[in-house]
Amino acid sequence: MNNTYYGSLIFELSREGRRGYSLPANELKQYGMDALPAQLCREQAPGLPEVDELSVVRHYTNMSNNNFGVDTGFYPLGSCTMKYNPKINEEMCNLPAFTGLHPLQDPDTVQGALEVYYELQRSLATLAGMKEFTLNPFAGAHGELTGLMVMRSYHASRGDDKRTKVIVPDSAHGTNPASAAVCGLDVVVVKSRPDGTVDVDDLRPLLDDTIAGMMMTNPNTLGIFEHSIAEIAKLVHDCGGLMYYDGANLNPMLGKVRPGDIGFDIMHINLHKTFSTPHGGGGPGSGPVGVREGLEQFLPNPRVIRHDEDDSHYYTVENGVNSLGSISGFLGNFGVMMRAYTYILTLGKENVKNVGPLATLNANYVKESLKDSFELPIGGVCKHEFVFDGLKDKSTGVTTLDVAKRLLDFGFHAPTIYFPLLFHEALMIEPTENESRETLDAFIDVMHRIAKEAHDEPEMVKTAPHNTPVSRPDDAQAALKPIVTYRELKEENV
Amino acid sequence: MSKIIDGLYYCESHEYVRVDGEFGYIGITDYAQHELGNVVYVDMPEVDDEVTAGEEFGAVESVKAASDLNSPVSGTVVEVNEALEDEPGLINKDAFENWIIKVQMSDASELEGLMDAAAYKAFIGE
Amino acid sequence: MTHKFFPHTPEDLKAMLARCGENTLDDFYKDVPQELLFKGDYDLPNAMSELEVRRYFEELGSYNEVMTCFAGAGCYDHYSPAVINNIIERSEFLTSYTPYQAEISQGTLQYIFEYQSMMAELTGMEVSNASMYDGATATAEAMMMAIANAKKRNTVLVSSTLNPRVVEVVKTYAHFHGVNIVMIDEKDGVTCRADFEAKVACGDVAGVIVASPNYYGILEDYTGWADLCHDNKALLIMNCVASALGVIKTPAEWGADIAVGDGQSLGLPMNFGGPYVGFLCTSKKLIRKMPGRIVGATRDVDGKRTFVLTLQAREQHIRREKATSNICSNESLMALYVTIYLALMGKQGLREVNEMGYSGAHYLAEKLVETGKFALAFPDKPFLNEFALTTSLNIDALQDMCMSMGIQAGVKIADDKLLLCVTEARSKAEIDALIENVQYFIEKEEENQ
Repeated sequence: MNNTYYGSLIFELSREGRRGYSLPANELKQYGMDALPAQLCREQAPGLPEVDELSVVRHYTNMSNNNFGVDTGFYPLGSCTMKYNPKINEEMCNLPAFTGLHPLQDPDTVQGALEVYYELQRSLATLAGMKEFTLNPFAGAHGELTGLMVMRSYHASRGDDKRTKVIVPDSAHGTNPASAAVCGLDVVVVKSRPDGTVDVDDLRPLLDDTIAGMMMTNPNTLGIFEHSIAEIAKLVHDCGGLMYYDGANLNPMLGKVRPGDIGFDIMHINLHKTFSTPHGGGGPGSGPVGVREGLEQFLPNPRVIRHDEDDSHYYTVENGVNSLGSISGFLGNFGVMMRAYTYILTLGKENVKNVGPLATLNANYVKESLKDSFELPIGGVCKHEFVFDGLKDKSTGVTTLDVAKRLLDFGFHAPTIYFPLLFHEALMIEPTENESRETLDAFIDVMHRIAKEAHDEPEMVKTAPHNTPVSRPDDAQAALKPIVTYRELKEENV
Repeated sequence: MSKIIDGLYYCESHEYVRVDGEFGYIGITDYAQHELGNVVYVDMPEVDDEVTAGEEFGAVESVKAASDLNSPVSGTVVEVNEALEDEPGLINKDAFENWIIKVQMSDASELEGLMDAAAYKAFIGE
Repeated sequence: MTHKFFPHTPEDLKAMLARCGENTLDDFYKDVPQELLFKGDYDLPNAMSELEVRRYFEELGSYNEVMTCFAGAGCYDHYSPAVINNIIERSEFLTSYTPYQAEISQGTLQYIFEYQSMMAELTGMEVSNASMYDGATATAEAMMMAIANAKKRNTVLVSSTLNPRVVEVVKTYAHFHGVNIVMIDEKDGVTCRADFEAKVACGDVAGVIVASPNYYGILEDYTGWADLCHDNKALLIMNCVASALGVIKTPAEWGADIAVGDGQSLGLPMNFGGPYVGFLCTSKKLIRKMPGRIVGATRDVDGKRTFVLTLQAREQHIRREKATSNICSNESLMALYVTIYLALMGKQGLREVNEMGYSGAHYLAEKLVETGKFALAFPDKPFLNEFALTTSLNIDALQDMCMSMGIQAGVKIADDKLLLCVTEARSKAEIDALIENVQYFIEKEEENQ
């Protein structure tokens, strides 16, 4: 990553007549497009750039140097599980025998791809303690929505149409209530206890025959294991509801606890978190949804079904009659599945057991090493992540935002900030199992140094970052007068 | 210390109504604008839209937050404050001067259920 | 414990556990009720070395067959310049996350801004979001956007000429979101205007979804449709094949309020169905109703041009159940793919791609009709690079025979209808090979009779 800023836009490199592509000559140009009626054609060519190949390559290479990724440095972004993205994953997902397949090919010609789909869903099922997964959802939020659709389909199949509400803890990520609303469910909020776990006494009176189910993460957003989970699951089940597991925090569970064993009926997994597929600047992700036995009939279409015959097996793509419907054009983000399955095979059953414990060790090590300088609202053992409520010494007015920005100067990505909403100055740290003790020590040293700076020379922290490609942006101006295309940018002269 | 004006009616979601005959001018309180921070957008209804006491009629948006606007009274929108379209930050300058909608009230008795300045002051703990 | 993904030496473990005041890794789980711990064995293979992983996937790959593709129906086999894959594998792009920290994420923010600008140019619309999962979910999001915009109206009309896979997804979202979907009839391969006019006037319509090109590859004439929608307070939503927008009349020119679709046709590998990228563009007036991430331009404290995520207050992490959508991210890397594709192809390249597809498709259609066993399903309807034929032949048997020759002979869309597509990636020799195989099939069939 560079500290100098590369700020050109591709449109600014455009010169009329340049080209960055080569195509074969049209051998059939006697069949000319000018036969199309003019009123069906666009009046003007789109305002796309005209740039030569090397200029395009340099442009995006320079642009990439303004970016920070896991391969650049430590990325302790809480709740996002920024683990290492193994290179072998990339090699495998780019194999032409898979990338060149059309999704509507005859099953005879895609048996290898269908086996990847089937085996990955089966692997996730054994890891999570579920009966079956669909890999069709494109992201965690999409998985949540799909899971809630399963929940509603289950109640509808029993003719129970009173269940229109879903319970969500106040500490939950905003996506949970948003997914519920998209799915046509009303959200009921259950309060947290002072230690951040669900308040069972607050939950009890909420439970009646209008409750479709409850959404939870475990460990919760504070990195604390919900120790009353068995009781909560029983209460929800007794009132006829289903338990939904938000897989955002699955990483510390790998090897130790399976959501299906502790009372959850439906869950999603973020392959881009727990199963090492790259976040790609915000996607493509993949949000497989798993269900316990009895609910698989409601999974979205299409499904990959394995048929065993003597020594051989064969996969088909089928639509189920009780399915909730389709939530994707085809079978989901197949390229992401290739990566996740490579990761599972690379770890194997003997190593996957260490993922959770080592991620948890790293988190506790950082927490214990920093709790003298930062406010730790909830003590005790955490799982894969934990939350500080800002600096211990807030006397100079240095905020969590300032600490986050100052970290960038030292070559670290910032933790998640101002989430969860339970604390004013939340600073949420998640080091994954891939980080070495030396990396963690270097981060710990810098955090202590920033805490000292906040006291000794607060302006240094309050005006950070100082050596990044750009400084703090004017967010208010961006929202007040949104400039979202090059055309507008030229008009506004930015 | 937030500004609170005597003679207005307040509701718990931090909107006020200033009554002028059969009309009510509805906006957000100074306390609310302060909590939100720099307002960057106000989503307003259209003239002739109906509003219902306690129900949403629009939203105010700052960089980091967004909040629904709930009407303290029922009625018909007769005017929206168009100045806010170009300069939503006027709400931060003076939330009481820069009302959001003007409503022809349909049920004056609804005012009885709202807080007066003293009650609102107590409500926000100041 | 030794594995290439775990850097912990025995000394590290000892020292780190000591700092935490614990003795073993298991101690970190003592707050978990013991009966909830997993003590079994996962049903997984043992770890594979890199060599073994390669061998495994190469073997699986041998059970697939990459075909000479004449299939479309929502996924198109286009040429993809070598530059693209090389750049999108750059780990600064690949291994970053959503650009929350603008100061060290200008790369991501800048290309998303370019992507938004390019999609706005292609669709003719004023604004674009940062991308969506795929074309089908983008269309479903547009449906919900129309409902949110209309407030009290609850019906969305969907043309029967929209890709049925997209229709299925829209219907699923609508079912759970509580939206009433009414299909507009098809007539001769295009949306029935009389049926549209009758249904849009019912007073409850929030939006109307049509397709261009439609599922049969036909370019429909939507003259006057937008006005009729607007007269009835409904939004016009147009689902488009992205690549075709290089030459066909744009959603903006038709007067549409929202343009959506899949960006896969802009050079993305077919990848057995994903990852692709959905696009959603609209007018400035509706920008705050638009789902998904948006990147905007501003300046930093030093006055330098800077890109940031903007209008975040509409999003789920702030609005929770009142958000415009539950979408948290975008399909960023695939948006980068599209951006580099369009940067390389430019306006001229995109035109050539469409010209070649047009030429190849019209040549193939003509030759197949000449066999006497095929007819255009919708004669006189203009198409670009995809078209439907009716035939008296057994389509399954024909496709099986072509498959044995490594050719994917289109997509069967009815017992007597075959949908075929030709892109610039098909040479004349490949098209001729398909024609010869079809002729051979016809001869064999005639011999058997």
